[in-house]
Amino acid sequence: MEALRELFRDYRFAVGFVIFLFLVVLAFLSFASPYDPIRQLQVPRDRPPSRAHILGTNSKGQDVFWEATFAIRNSLIIALIAGLVSRIVAILVGFVAGYRGGTLDRVLMGLADGLLVIPLFLILVMVAMLLRGSMTLVNTGLLLAFFGWAWDARTIRSQILSLREREFTKTSVLSGNGTMSLVIREYLPFTTPLIFSTLINNIAWAIGMEIVLAILGLVRLEIPTLGTTLQWAITYQAMLLGHWWWISTPVVLTILLLVALYWLSVSVSEYLDPRMRIQRIGARS
Amino acid sequence: MRFFRDYLAPRLVQYVLVIFCGITAVFFIPRLTGQDPVLEIIAQIQAQGASLDPLAVRNLMETLKELYGLKGSLFEQYLTMWRRVFTLDFGPSFFQFPTPVAQLLRIYLPWTIGLFATSTVLSWALGNIIGGIAGYFSGKSWSKILDAVIMVIRPIPHYIFGVVLLILFAYVWPLFPARGLSIGRGMALNLELVLAILRGSFLPALTLVILGGVVWFQQMKLLVQNVKREDFVEYARVGGVKERRVVFRYVLKNAMLPQVTQLALALGQVFSGVLIVEMVFSYPGMGLLLYRGVTRGDYNLVMGITVLSILTIATAVLLLDLLYPLLDPRIRHR
Repeated sequence: MEALRELFRDYRFAVGFVIFLFLVVLAFLSFASPYDPIRQLQVPRDRPPSRAHILGTNSKGQDVFWEATFAIRNSLIIALIAGLVSRIVAILVGFVAGYRGGTLDRVLMGLADGLLVIPLFLILVMVAMLLRGSMTLVNTGLLLAFFGWAWDARTIRSQILSLREREFTKTSVLSGNGTMSLVIREYLPFTTPLIFSTLINNIAWAIGMEIVLAILGLVRLEIPTLGTTLQWAITYQAMLLGHWWWISTPVVLTILLLVALYWLSVSVSEYLDPRMRIQRIGARS
Repeated sequence: MRFFRDYLAPRLVQYVLVIFCGITAVFFIPRLTGQDPVLEIIAQIQAQGASLDPLAVRNLMETLKELYGLKGSLFEQYLTMWRRVFTLDFGPSFFQFPTPVAQLLRIYLPWTIGLFATSTVLSWALGNIIGGIAGYFSGKSWSKILDAVIMVIRPIPHYIFGVVLLILFAYVWPLFPARGLSIGRGMALNLELVLAILRGSFLPALTLVILGGVVWFQQMKLLVQNVKREDFVEYARVGGVKERRVVFRYVLKNAMLPQVTQLALALGQVFSGVLIVEMVFSYPGMGLLLYRGVTRGDYNLVMGITVLSILTIATAVLLLDLLYPLLDPRIRHR
């Protein structure tokens, strides 16, 4: 609780948190939507914002506002699946590589580096091309998770490397604690903040990637997400026809969501790095 | 000779290794999905209403397998893959049948490399220099304002940022063409063409320079804030060396070297960004080609683009490594 109060004193955390909360509320509003997210021609087409449709309607005959609530919800679902699953891989790889060291470490890190040097985006596209028909929300999330762990595994590993050299590791091992209990009871609490901040970054990456996959037509386009909403707007030439309310909705929502997540993550990681905290407090006085 | 053994040889080995691992990954990862591109194509043809008799289907499958390099055992296919990489022959493209993929790549690759090289160098240089100055004067208000602006730009992904610039500068205030550049064969190289190219490349380059520069800015600012507190800087300042000299000659120069290494690590992601931005602006590079290939299910073309991208990135990293000794005297004189 103390930590939370401290964090809220940072305007970036406060602003990021409020925007994020607002978007989550929007996402939950989708459950109260009067319209079906997939059916077309439910409302008059191409109407600018009005009292009946606060963000207007699109060329598919859907209400832009209510579509957007579904889009945020679904994009968040994809990103959360991608983020959480890839965290599990990143934690496992990072912990094992960092704690065991030796050949295993070299092999795992070699694998991670390999994933970093090649243009991941292209491989992602190739795989998505083959899986095109089955790219539902869950599968898109899993695919992104499959490619999204490498960098964070590296970060977590280096943290474990430094923890392993500390005094309390020896104390714990010499007092007869098993490896599992050492790792879970002692190391995990230390790395939790780091894992949290990598989670936020990964979620942001997944949201951006989903948009590109949608633009390429590689996800199920009838399911509204931030990416597919934008893709439909572009396909229907919303820019050329001046349907600004349609195209700017996913753009603005994406920017809000990513800026909020980024500010939260910067604020949290600065809070965790005491050197940065001192600098901030020092700069303030 | 020692320079070769200690510096050059490991880099060349790394070059070969990166390409080897990259191509191997490109070969195996799609196979993990268990999906068969040949069956997919046939399903597509049948979905379009063409009725094929079983013999025709079998012939078609054989031909497609040949074209996709899917003939024989896994090991034979792997060898085929390498033969294709070395000869840069990826068979015919499907969406512009029967133009060979290699020929398409030859037309579009120079555009991508031009954009990639220009925007990477510009964003690296501008981001680092401005970031360095902002880091040195981090107490000043302009530095704080710049910081706040960059905090907003940093998390925006390439596609979205591109769309924003496109809406603003091609539709709301039509300074630049919305349809991108069109290239044809036999264009005469004259002033008009050069101007058209500059106009068509401006927005994509701007997107890349801003989004890339922002990352370098933040890293450099942090670095300089740390270097600034080192003793030699304090000593120079107390010794009466001019502030400008301290910033550029002592602080920036020292902080910039590690950033070259960072650039080498980031090139893969930078390149992905280039491809994405090309799609937004219909810039005639490999990104646009990728878009067309993917939307039309042209597997050979996408494969060719991926392989060529790996070669491009690996070569760029090698070039950077070869340039590095020119910048860092410590390595030259080792």
